[in-house]
Amino acid sequence: MAEKIQAILDHQQIEVAPGTSILEAAALVNVKIPTLCHHDDLQVAGNCRVCLVEIEGRDVLEAACATPLSQGMVIHTLSPKVRRARRDIVSLLVSEHKTQCTTCFRSMNCELQSLSAEYNVDNVTYQSLLDESEPVDNSSWSIEKDTSKCIRCQRCIRSCSDIQHVNALDVFGRGSNMKISTFMNLPMNEIVCTNCGQCVVHCPTGALTERRYNNEVWDALGDPEKFVAINTAPSVRAGLGEMFGLAPGTPVTGKMVAALRKMGFDAVLDTDFAADLTIMEEGSELLQRLTMKFRDGKDIPIPMLTSCSPGWVKFIEHMYADLLGHLSTAKSPQQMFGAVLKTYYAQKKGLNPQDIVCVAGMPCAAKKYEANRPEMKASGFQDVDMGLTTRELGYMIKQAGIDFNSLPDEDFDPVMGESSGAGAIFGTTGGVMEAALRTVYEIITDREIPFSNLDIQPVRGMQEIKEASLLLENCKPEYSFLEGLELKIAVVHGLTNARDIMNQVAAGESPYHFIEIMACPGGCIGGGGAPIPTTKEIREQRALALYKEDAGKPVRKSHENPEIKQIYDEFLKEPLSDISHRLLHTHYQKRRRY
Amino acid sequence: MNENENHSSGIIKKSDLIFAQYKTMYTVLESSLQLSAEQIIETMLDSGLRGRGGAGFPTAKKWQAAASVPAVQRFVICNADEGEPGTFKDKAILRQVPRKVLTGMALCAKAIQATEGYIYLRAEYRNLADELQAHIDIFHEYCDRFKLDFRVKIFMGQGAYVCGEETALIESMEGKRGEPRNKPPFPTEVGYLGKPTVVNNVETFATAMIIFKVGASEYKKLGTPDSRGSKLFSVSGDTRKPGVHELELGMSLYDFVKEFGDGDTKAVQVGGAAGMCVPRREFKNTIIGFEGVPTGGSMILFNSKRSMYNVLHNYLDFFNQESCGQCTPCRVGCQQLLLGTEAVKKGEKDTVYLEQLIRLTETMRIGSKCGLGRSVGNAFNSIVENFKEEILY
Repeated sequence: MAEKIQAILDHQQIEVAPGTSILEAAALVNVKIPTLCHHDDLQVAGNCRVCLVEIEGRDVLEAACATPLSQGMVIHTLSPKVRRARRDIVSLLVSEHKTQCTTCFRSMNCELQSLSAEYNVDNVTYQSLLDESEPVDNSSWSIEKDTSKCIRCQRCIRSCSDIQHVNALDVFGRGSNMKISTFMNLPMNEIVCTNCGQCVVHCPTGALTERRYNNEVWDALGDPEKFVAINTAPSVRAGLGEMFGLAPGTPVTGKMVAALRKMGFDAVLDTDFAADLTIMEEGSELLQRLTMKFRDGKDIPIPMLTSCSPGWVKFIEHMYADLLGHLSTAKSPQQMFGAVLKTYYAQKKGLNPQDIVCVAGMPCAAKKYEANRPEMKASGFQDVDMGLTTRELGYMIKQAGIDFNSLPDEDFDPVMGESSGAGAIFGTTGGVMEAALRTVYEIITDREIPFSNLDIQPVRGMQEIKEASLLLENCKPEYSFLEGLELKIAVVHGLTNARDIMNQVAAGESPYHFIEIMACPGGCIGGGGAPIPTTKEIREQRALALYKEDAGKPVRKSHENPEIKQIYDEFLKEPLSDISHRLLHTHYQKRRRY
Repeated sequence: MNENENHSSGIIKKSDLIFAQYKTMYTVLESSLQLSAEQIIETMLDSGLRGRGGAGFPTAKKWQAAASVPAVQRFVICNADEGEPGTFKDKAILRQVPRKVLTGMALCAKAIQATEGYIYLRAEYRNLADELQAHIDIFHEYCDRFKLDFRVKIFMGQGAYVCGEETALIESMEGKRGEPRNKPPFPTEVGYLGKPTVVNNVETFATAMIIFKVGASEYKKLGTPDSRGSKLFSVSGDTRKPGVHELELGMSLYDFVKEFGDGDTKAVQVGGAAGMCVPRREFKNTIIGFEGVPTGGSMILFNSKRSMYNVLHNYLDFFNQESCGQCTPCRVGCQQLLLGTEAVKKGEKDTVYLEQLIRLTETMRIGSKCGLGRSVGNAFNSIVENFKEEILY
């Protein structure tokens, strides 16, 4: 253990481990140093210079985020020199920023706006450098890029590189021409981008936002000819409360349903139902693959990879196109939902599918792209018409004038509104795996999975790569070929980690049978459509909310969801049936890597 | 002011160490390699040599620092990204006495136990590469003969001024965008490929060789206690003797102008765009050296026909294009200075706006990430304060 560093920060004696930055040390003693380019999820950049502090004996100021404490340092975070410099720097940022806060989606949730207010910055000290020559890039279904609002903090670049290893965005040009751009300055829909939206969640301003569909949804709601059905993903209920000032991890399922009903949705349904459906199909596909391999001795791609995360799906299409055979053909819950909404649900309710508008509330940016994939028309119509992020939903509830926090709890509408606890945990890393194992293990052995209270602890938590194995014993006669097999599974989140796991698969060295991969850190609860800010602590709280919801459900296993039994009895017949295949499974395409 | 008086005596001491041509090949290298690493650093320490790129960091301290960090691999990099406006002395060294530079690098390699060295050659000096490579090939033969495990490669820069900053240079060598890193850690600890690295200017390495040739005690007789030795100056502008001149440090600018001026010198820009503009009335009080106005070698003389507004505009335009753009004070500050200066000239902004811009340069000086943003104010303030009426009218 190296010697502790002693220093004085704003007249307080502090003692920290070597390597601790001034910013981290300040947080330990509740001294708040303003930041812009810093984000706990990302590598230190030290380029906005807002966190400058004064160190006694040094003429120039130092960036608190990038400066490690050294022995005997005396630091002032609020000296006049510091405040003057900080104010000047925020003024400079404002001078190149499009300060039309009244029309900005990020207004009231913008770090530059807060800092400008805090430092009482004006826009007359410096001349405006605003350059609006570059039009807003709304070519992507998911992400909108407005360079005029960019403050060049490079958080988007680091998100795309540190967390996702995709590098869709990078710095372009020098000096006054320096900006954040794409490969060859191409529009966002022509580059290698997974649409995950991590750049959006990490953007401090309105430079990167989701492409928004609230107005289209309002129009649909106001159209008497349309039957507008919304389904909301598990993570939406774990994060939506943050849009209304509630602590992260406050479950707001009942209030959310009440609010959506008040807004005029004709049906308020649950994506968790479709998550259960996904487990039925994906779990059955896993069993089918295991059967073909271990009983029939066929050369079938194992490990099977989950396919619920559209960011991840686009990633593998670009980066590991030769391994697409490993990817489960099961659609994501959102797309399964749309496909059965406009067939099964329409039949049951006597609706013309043409009049149904399927709206999906998702903590995700990539889901917007997924909804618009040309192949996603299994029902004969575009299965999912519009995707909304948790943030857009929050804004819409505010626009409707609803006092969210005082709403009573309400329940989802019947038919595709009921779900198991397994469906709820889909939103967090490890959740799909846990849900799948609860069902698959039981199908193989006719026994419940041997974990206390059905909680599969090894796949829970925020560890980057989780692995576990499960010994299959006393299998049912029809699965005797699996007797004694140690089923090996892995769970990863964040595409940088996915790359590590996939390199193993590509090398033919993957020890696993089944791998869950989610594009975003923490899974959907850390998605590109989740409330801002999203940090490690907030993701943990949201995940806990989902585990709480699971624990409180009377039904914990997808195959025991009565509405799931019903849809198979009445409509789909059985998992992997012809009709299931037509509606609930999809195919993928190879995409270029560059 | 003693020194000042000494050096205002009208004597400008020329020197001829750097360009001296030797008849034998690498004899200094051969004899110096008999010394231990510690002895090499000791000699350098004794010589008092400070970096010749402009910042003037004691060279021996750099070598010592890199040598003291435990590592399996270390690197020696020769910074030949000579981009400061008005500087062209490194080009002359690489053309005329490349063996001195290579010897200096080899001594550094021995001192820090490095086996690989690089010459980061400015993009505009591509025409020097072939000849330099031929010298390197011969140098490698001598390394083998002297049993020194050391190889030097040329790395071509891509034309960014900021890559003369040592961490930006390293980033660029690693295939990344040439942007300065956060310091600490310094390159001597975490440098090229994360390994301890010494980055020295071309002239620094050449001078290191000279120190071993003449001996530290002989070498430090030149110059002043703060600025040991002689140094190359790139003299340009309104001068009778443009070119590269080797002069002892510590002279007064007055003497310098007497020697090089055209009789009508209004101001001298000492140290290039990042340096200071010294007006005529300050010539006598200005010492060229680390105790006065330091320079990487660039000396640009302006006579009374020159518009200092144009001079300033030119520098600001330059910084505006060459800022890497990553940190706020430099990226936006440079643009504001340029735009603000133009606005004042056109009468769109009140003259007091210049005060605001001077305050801005202070923010840039104390707030920027690297030396580029920190030094923009040198030229701006010295020109605005000394030639205000030219800026205004």
